[in-house]
Amino acid sequence: MKEVSEIIARYPEGKQKSALIPLLHLAQEEFGGWLSPESMDYVASILNIEPIEAYEVATFYSMYNLQPVGKHLFEVCQTGPCMLNGSDRIIDYIKKKLNIGVGETTADGMFTLKTVECLGACGYAPLMQLGKNYREHLTEEKVDAIIEECRNKK
Amino acid sequence: MAKKILLEKAHVEGIRYYDVYRREGGYRSVEKALKMDPTAIVEEVKKSGLRGRGGAGFPTGMKWSFLAKPEGVPRYLVCNADESEPGTFKDRYLMEFIPHLLIEGLIVSSFALGSNRTYIYIRGEYAWIVAILEQAIAEAKQHGFLGKNILGTGFDCEIYVQRGAGAYICGEETALIESLEGKRGNPRIKPPFPAIKGLWDCPTVVNNVETLAAVVPIMNMGGEEYAKIGVGRSTGTKLLSACGNINKPGVYEIDMTISVEEFIFSDEYCGGIPNGKKLKACIPGGSSVPILPANLLLKTAKGETRYMNYESLSDGGFASGSMMGSGGFIVLDEDQCVVRHTMTLARFYRHESCGQCSPCREGTGWMEKILNKIENGKGAMSDIDLLWDIQRKIEGNTICPLGDAAAWPVAAAIRHFRDEFEWHVNNPELCLQQNYGLANYANELSLVS
Repeated sequence: MKEVSEIIARYPEGKQKSALIPLLHLAQEEFGGWLSPESMDYVASILNIEPIEAYEVATFYSMYNLQPVGKHLFEVCQTGPCMLNGSDRIIDYIKKKLNIGVGETTADGMFTLKTVECLGACGYAPLMQLGKNYREHLTEEKVDAIIEECRNKK
Repeated sequence: MAKKILLEKAHVEGIRYYDVYRREGGYRSVEKALKMDPTAIVEEVKKSGLRGRGGAGFPTGMKWSFLAKPEGVPRYLVCNADESEPGTFKDRYLMEFIPHLLIEGLIVSSFALGSNRTYIYIRGEYAWIVAILEQAIAEAKQHGFLGKNILGTGFDCEIYVQRGAGAYICGEETALIESLEGKRGNPRIKPPFPAIKGLWDCPTVVNNVETLAAVVPIMNMGGEEYAKIGVGRSTGTKLLSACGNINKPGVYEIDMTISVEEFIFSDEYCGGIPNGKKLKACIPGGSSVPILPANLLLKTAKGETRYMNYESLSDGGFASGSMMGSGGFIVLDEDQCVVRHTMTLARFYRHESCGQCSPCREGTGWMEKILNKIENGKGAMSDIDLLWDIQRKIEGNTICPLGDAAAWPVAAAIRHFRDEFEWHVNNPELCLQQNYGLANYANELSLVS
């Protein structure tokens, strides 16, 4: 809660609604990687706004997951510059390797595959977002290593 | 010759930290500026000829001079770090490697504009950069360059970092302001402009990361000296992010006097096309600006050498030119399919349309679907005309420029590569197995070996 009050203190008196996007990020991190209606209601109650105001925002921005996701979320960029450098092949490889389609989660709940639009790192293509970091210049071998690394994480 | 003024020190070891940055001459511009009258700083920026580095290229000094200053109403400076234009990753580089340069520029600019509370709105995906910026802010504060009574001048300023959450549209300044207020990123109808009514209805200036960083050298060398770098109305240096099919993708600082050919083929910059392939096409300023075939990229329609600056890149208008845009330089080699590439951009804009204006909301979806159809060998000749018709009906008919940004890439692809679209329609099976290649563009490419 200390973090919450620090975030709210960034804005002038009465403008606490501005904390909504940072608090939804925080809620997603804290409550299992996705935003349930209960999490959104909770954030709304902290900011003293209507729950609908939180839903409105959560449904607009693509980084909020409105359904449960696997423990490791692969968000692979597929926009122009990544496509020129073989992102289609990487996406196909991950699909085959994990035996899931885009938007699906493996049966053990470990991995979810999502395609995303431009991550703003086109010089390092093809790439994906994994947690708070990017994994760049992806190859099939690198994908194997990343999957292994995730499996070994407790 | 490459003249570096923003990234000159970016590779000094430890430059990310205050001690090294300060030792290398950092924060001198703050010491200088805080002794000046704020309006004199705005004048320096005007004299420098600096143009907004986010994409629109609007003169920064002029934008600053529009800021309303009613008594008793706070004013805000917001730094636009929502870098999302496909092909663009220059601000990320600057913030990641030399964050204090941005913080220094922000302090001077905040003083010039009278902002005591300044925000950096950064795209949500750049999560690790938030920590880098917050560390730089904490260090600057610890050394008296931020906080209360900065350097004993009585000027108070705090800088806060706000993370977005995945929305290209929030790079549009009024959508950014909406997002910063904790709402959906729907652009506002202008006027009123943010300079009059922006963040929390107060006068606000929104500037790109690179623009605000450039305020540092402008203060240090003076506006007139800065204006001597570059050519014509393209003053100063520009960061370019180069990607696609080139040997050396990355971020380059140029002084806007080099030719496009030199930029692509010189080892100092992109280092040419990998595997001995030929250059087919290029989008020189981020995905929204028109794609050009190699012949029109390297030379203008008049046959003159094309240079990497605002005027030369747009020479010929949309008929035969393009734009400097955000500096996102995307290169396509002979093996690439323009239809497929355009489809990925159409998909991007469909995904990123906020949905407020029907021409954009509906039109971007239609364009993606039709491009997909043609790309997959299921298109008809009439689909090409339909695409043209749709893009024309989006352009200029929306609240914000996202509609134009979605229309232009499709228009330019058809304008310059119509034969490739027709080939897809005429060869529905072959187009699934192979690409169209260079065809007639290659004949005009005597420059490229």
